Amino acid sequence: MAETYDVIIIGGGPGGYVTAIRAAQLGFKTAVVEREHLGGICLNWGCIPTKALLRSAEIYHYMQHPQAYGLTLQGQPGFDPAAVVKRSRNVSAQLNQGVGFLLKKNKVDVIWGEAFITKPGEVKVSAPKKPAVQPQNPVPKGVKGEGTYAAKHIIVATGARPRVLPGIEPDGKLIWTYFEAMKPDAFPKSLIVIGSGAIGIEFASFYRTMGAEVTVVEVLPQILPVEDAEIAALARKRFEKQGMKILSGAKVTKVEKGANSVTATIQDEKGATQTLTAERLISAVGVVCNTENLGLEGLGVKMDRGSIVTDGLGRTNVPGIYAIGDVAGPPMLAHKAEHEGVICIETIKGLHTHAMDKLKIPGCTYCNPQVASVGLTEAKAKEQGYQVKVGRFPFVGNGKAIALGEPDGLVKTIFDAKTGKLLGAHMVGAEVTELIQGYVVAMNLETTEEELIHAVFPHPTLSEMMHESVLDAYGRVIHV
Amino acid sequence: MPINILMPALSPTMEKGNLAKWLKKEGDAIKAGDVIAEIETDKATMEVEAVDEGVLAKIVVPEGTADVPVNELIALIAGDGEDPKAVAAGGAASAPGAKSPQNAPDVVTAAAPPAAAQAAAAPQSEAAAAAPESHSAASFTAAAPAAGAPAAPSPQTAEGARVFASPLAKRIAKEAGLDLGRIQGSGPHGRIVERDVRAAMEGGAAKAAPAAQPTAAPAAAPAARAPAPTPASDEAVKKLFEPGSYEEIPHDNMRKTIARRLTEARQTVPQFYLTVDCEIDALLKLREQVNGSAPKGKDGAPAWKVSVNDMVIKALAMALMRVPDANVTWTEGAMLKHKHADVGVAVALPGNGLITPIIRKAEEKTLSAIAKAMKDFAVRAKDRKLKPEEYQGGTTAVSNLGMFGIKDFTAVINPPHSTILAVGAGEQRAVVRKGELAVATVMSITMSCDHRSVDGALGAQLISAVKEFIENPMSMLV
Repeated sequence: MAETYDVIIIGGGPGGYVTAIRAAQLGFKTAVVEREHLGGICLNWGCIPTKALLRSAEIYHYMQHPQAYGLTLQGQPGFDPAAVVKRSRNVSAQLNQGVGFLLKKNKVDVIWGEAFITKPGEVKVSAPKKPAVQPQNPVPKGVKGEGTYAAKHIIVATGARPRVLPGIEPDGKLIWTYFEAMKPDAFPKSLIVIGSGAIGIEFASFYRTMGAEVTVVEVLPQILPVEDAEIAALARKRFEKQGMKILSGAKVTKVEKGANSVTATIQDEKGATQTLTAERLISAVGVVCNTENLGLEGLGVKMDRGSIVTDGLGRTNVPGIYAIGDVAGPPMLAHKAEHEGVICIETIKGLHTHAMDKLKIPGCTYCNPQVASVGLTEAKAKEQGYQVKVGRFPFVGNGKAIALGEPDGLVKTIFDAKTGKLLGAHMVGAEVTELIQGYVVAMNLETTEEELIHAVFPHPTLSEMMHESVLDAYGRVIHV
Repeated sequence: MPINILMPALSPTMEKGNLAKWLKKEGDAIKAGDVIAEIETDKATMEVEAVDEGVLAKIVVPEGTADVPVNELIALIAGDGEDPKAVAAGGAASAPGAKSPQNAPDVVTAAAPPAAAQAAAAPQSEAAAAAPESHSAASFTAAAPAAGAPAAPSPQTAEGARVFASPLAKRIAKEAGLDLGRIQGSGPHGRIVERDVRAAMEGGAAKAAPAAQPTAAPAAAPAARAPAPTPASDEAVKKLFEPGSYEEIPHDNMRKTIARRLTEARQTVPQFYLTVDCEIDALLKLREQVNGSAPKGKDGAPAWKVSVNDMVIKALAMALMRVPDANVTWTEGAMLKHKHADVGVAVALPGNGLITPIIRKAEEKTLSAIAKAMKDFAVRAKDRKLKPEEYQGGTTAVSNLGMFGIKDFTAVINPPHSTILAVGAGEQRAVVRKGELAVATVMSITMSCDHRSVDGALGAQLISAVKEFIENPMSMLV
């Protein structure tokens, strides 16, 4: 007799484990099936460990410019790549164990292995194909193993993996994905990064700060393609000033591997080619959903362009099968997965839920300078027929930014001229990833420019720029 | 500071009411406890008492106004030392669409039905219970402009009370001229958000139209002054009961379908009803013979067992063949005149539920065939195993509650049918034959007709034909 649950969640990433905890709160008997690491890519190989690496880079950057703050250093600042990586891995390990603890505390069972949905209501778990690696080694205690498990509701939260371009298959030695870039044996002296989305640009920024010659190749004319053009252009200027080489509107047509180097042939928009040799190459050309070997095809679960089609509340076309997070389609972000999971399980519970408004999902990129945004870009807003009012406020007009020694950056807001609806907010500069949620709250509460203008922003903070940007959109800016 | 008098909620579920009558005029001095107005709900008329002292400066909602939302500003009282005229002027600006002060007293109670208006005979206890609530509503003082100052536009305008809506929803509603008080919020805790206002704009609902609209409905409902009444919200209904005193059972699809289809039928189909009594002694006798002649199978069970209802099905089918103009379905473009009588039969399901399997071409079927089909339908209906093609369509239907001893009743037409026959219990009654009292077994049947497709005389012909077949059952066999 198979062990029976109310809910089985396949995948213990940020979408899966948060959904599991919410399910337990709602009184469901819940299990999570995980094959590699609790916390998923985000916590073990993505969001979190890169932030740890970038923090090391940030401090190293300040150490290189002590005089800017009236400080002196004895000798040259330096770094130990192994120690930097170790710190990053330990951060992941700590949080990984934290997820295990949270699941245990909420009486969520963890089933270790590969899941296969044999039919609605039944999941067969087999032994994991990959061995456990740090930070998930050893496998957590008290987990269940291979076997057949039953559940009324099965939520697929299996995430995504790096996309592979033909001819540029990662080999783990010379051609990296984020896995290898996260824990290199040594930092390369030169690096080619294909793709200028969040993952590519964060690694480019990290390795550039650590002294590598970095070239970013982006097929589109704009780096950070989903961001507002004005913000992306400002970020690019800063990257180039730091010595990063950026080739936009260009693609890598061929990669040849040497003994300890990679030579890439790069073609620009006009068809002109050049070759570039570097020690390592990072392929960061997006991700693809992990939808294989789950039994989804056999069940007739509807797919569209590689992701599972849902009704916005997590339900697929097959009753009892749900999908959330990356496998349910873009944007492929941890916070989207978490929120989607909560909506899904609350829908199962019969609570009053609404599909998430994807326009209100913020995005953050932790390069130097940071980039953060929510809502429509100026171009998209105009494309949708809005008459817009655009506000801009530069970091150089903000007291706190000057005091921090961070005078470069911009806060841009876009309003619907007709209704005063905040359509989008876009920022580049120091700490903007911590600021954006102010606008996210405003958008979710459906504030207009009036409430934002009436709100009091504390002085001196970077957040005052958010106020000033709104004021600027309505011709009332003070500090410019 | 002028005092706002708001439309009180006379019961926890009240969402709007009619302002039946003003008992005070503008300019009248008011003491706390004075009855100043009468408010009419669907059930009763109740008195509104003043909570504060002052002078009635302005009547914002004239008497006779229907469907005034709870908490809407209905009058302003000038407080101690305030100039009532200034208050009235200030109030006028914040209540667009209200009658100008000079005209207001002239409005008479024309719209208030006298019966309801007199119903101040509301139970004392209920009126007393309502009083504290009206206090809380009426003593709500809004930040109205200072006396004499030009009125500033207030975001609360006509509502007077706080509307729980997002700033963006408020702004869009204002620009579109929508009254937020008439929009149902779908956000957290019922907050009105942008999508609700957009939906209202598309639906054309919620236009600020305080006056009662002339209703196009026929005189069927004497109190039909409310334009398209919407059912009370679930929350409002639940408030009537102690939490925990009931179990909440979610609707299954059958329940939803029954509710939707029959509500639709009642609202869209103009129905009328015809009742006749049928003497069924002959029918019962024939039934006995028919059943008695059934060959017995190996297990001793008869090959058929015809019920009275089976014979009614047959009678209705034959009657429709005799009166083919009544065997029709109404559509907006044309009348569908059916060639066969497909008779739906309402089958009650265990617990609570109903399904109507259809005996196709019942006019051609023998009584034993009908009996067999019904037996099969009844079994499978109870297991909810009927196929859609077995219960969809049909040209008429039979609903029989005779087995419960129901004497007569009316059934709701199940579109696309034009008629439905409600069958009561057969019982011995005194009848008069040639001036002499006699005892006969009598069964009352009532035909509901869709007046769009079957007029009174046609319906009468049909039910007469049914009666004739039932009373002369041998004619069904030939």
